[in-house]
Amino acid sequence: MCECCGNGQKDIYLPQMATITKHRMLNGTEFYMHLELDSGKELGHTPGQFVEVSIAGLGEAPISISSSPTQKGFELVVRNVGSLTKAIHKLTAGQKVGIRGPFGSVYPVELAKGRDLVFICGGIGLVPQRSFIRYVLDNRKDYGKVTVLVGTKCYDMRLFREELAMWQERKDMTLMETIDESRDCWDGNVGVVTTLIPKIESDLPKSLVLVCGPPVMYKFVLMALSEAEAPAKNIYVNLERRMKCGVGKCGHCQINNLYVCQDGPVFRWSDLTAVPEAI
Amino acid sequence: MSVSKLNKQQFGQFVDAILAAGRKVVGVVAKNDRFVFNTLKSAKDLRLDYDVTILSPRKYVLPQVEPLLTFEVGGDAKSVKQNEPMILLGIHPYDLIAINQMDELFSEGEYDTHYMDRRKNITLVACDVAKASKNVFASSMETAVADKGYDILITDIGDAYLLDAATEKGQALMAYAKGAAAATAEDLKKRNAIQEANKTGLNKHKLNCKPSYLPKLMETAYNHPVWEEKARLCYSCGSCNQVCPTCYCFDVQDRVNWDLKTGTRVRCWDGCLLENFATVAGNHNFRKDRSARFRHRLYRKAKYVPEKIGGQIACVGCGRCVTACTADIANPVTVYNRLMEERTIG
Repeated sequence: MCECCGNGQKDIYLPQMATITKHRMLNGTEFYMHLELDSGKELGHTPGQFVEVSIAGLGEAPISISSSPTQKGFELVVRNVGSLTKAIHKLTAGQKVGIRGPFGSVYPVELAKGRDLVFICGGIGLVPQRSFIRYVLDNRKDYGKVTVLVGTKCYDMRLFREELAMWQERKDMTLMETIDESRDCWDGNVGVVTTLIPKIESDLPKSLVLVCGPPVMYKFVLMALSEAEAPAKNIYVNLERRMKCGVGKCGHCQINNLYVCQDGPVFRWSDLTAVPEAI
Repeated sequence: MSVSKLNKQQFGQFVDAILAAGRKVVGVVAKNDRFVFNTLKSAKDLRLDYDVTILSPRKYVLPQVEPLLTFEVGGDAKSVKQNEPMILLGIHPYDLIAINQMDELFSEGEYDTHYMDRRKNITLVACDVAKASKNVFASSMETAVADKGYDILITDIGDAYLLDAATEKGQALMAYAKGAAAATAEDLKKRNAIQEANKTGLNKHKLNCKPSYLPKLMETAYNHPVWEEKARLCYSCGSCNQVCPTCYCFDVQDRVNWDLKTGTRVRCWDGCLLENFATVAGNHNFRKDRSARFRHRLYRKAKYVPEKIGGQIACVGCGRCVTACTADIANPVTVYNRLMEERTIG
């Protein structure tokens, strides 16, 4: 995978190339792409991890993996926020990006077996959560009740709409959606994602709860979960920071003593309650 | 291993012989009334009587800008190395200890070949401090002398230098030393006296606890008012980071060549005091308060980095941040002593 140098140690900063096989816009700002590594190998990730995506000349950014390792290739969703991501949005099938990783900690895929699972996703937080959700759906018999809460700012920003519609139809899972601002074409729940928490049918104190969303969301979701008596040790959060190197050196992603690129991005909430910079 | 003795003239010849052999030597030279590490051209420029250099020798171990990869824009990349063999001459013990720490940080966990390959090609020639700088507090940090981590340690004993070659690399270099005598018991006594004096004498700011107590001290200091009080004056200029021998945070940037077809991915120094150090896409800054950044630096020195490298404190008492800070708030000793005075538990 990597050119070896000197003493045979691999270069941790050298990306491998991956080719885009499919792509589409999910809404006005989110670009979806399906990729395959040029080496022919699978990425080998576990849900919750991220990769460093680069275009030589424009830089590199950490992006969550959105697909389950049960499928061929891997999927990323990139929001257009800067020069690199803007260039990624212009890529088409057959074009290539550099990939390093997978990096970081993982969702508790084994520990979660037999348990009821509640996924709480805010906005683009659905993207990394989808990796685990799809993994669970591909191994459905291994897990208990599956509840997915999705909150989106406005109707037009909803992600993976066809997939959400399919999840809505499934009898073996519960999907609850909400949007922050009401719209004529929307007859579902209106309000932030915390308004859905009282509607969860799973036994929250016994379920595993997986939370991912924008920074502002965590405090309110964790407060609501605490009120619903979900214990901190059963809650997992997937945090965003500036994971520049991905290998625990550059210092940008630190939350106090923790390196999000290695100790995270998935953390057990009970491990963070004494980490003031976390939320 | 045996300690050699060279009189001052012989020592000059030793350095010139190394230079004549075409070896790259970076040594301490004068720059106006201060000192810097720079490429050495002649032994007569070498100033082992220096007090402190403006920047630490970190700039040769972890250069300010270092190429990691070369690439074709939008295409493939390949590894490049900046690992020219080099002799770093005249490193004070506190800076040596900082380099030794960095070696550990870049080799633990994910092994950084760029750093380590360069580091293996560097010969570390340390020297005992001959003159205390105005803000040094290495004695407080127990970094005023070093008994390991160097290839050669030089001590000025007045009329001669003692050279302690501790490694194969160091001994290989000693091949250039003509006329070296074995140090006598009397010489070693002089060296010992200099080192013993430095253990207490490099102490312009006195830390009121053992450095090994700092991680414990920091456990209860997180919400202390000192962070806000000091940081109120902070310009977020990052000078403290830039001059620090133990700071190693970096950014990675792509630099496109004038042909617009090729370029280099470089790693360059960054600083956790700079305003956007923890800013992510969408302009969310996870450490936007100056006080939080100020606190982060001193927590890294006293607690976070030590936790990664077996308890060694990541402040070596060189005092450069004290000198560099425009607002005069960077002195770690002032902050740690204040926390000592007002600590909530023993």
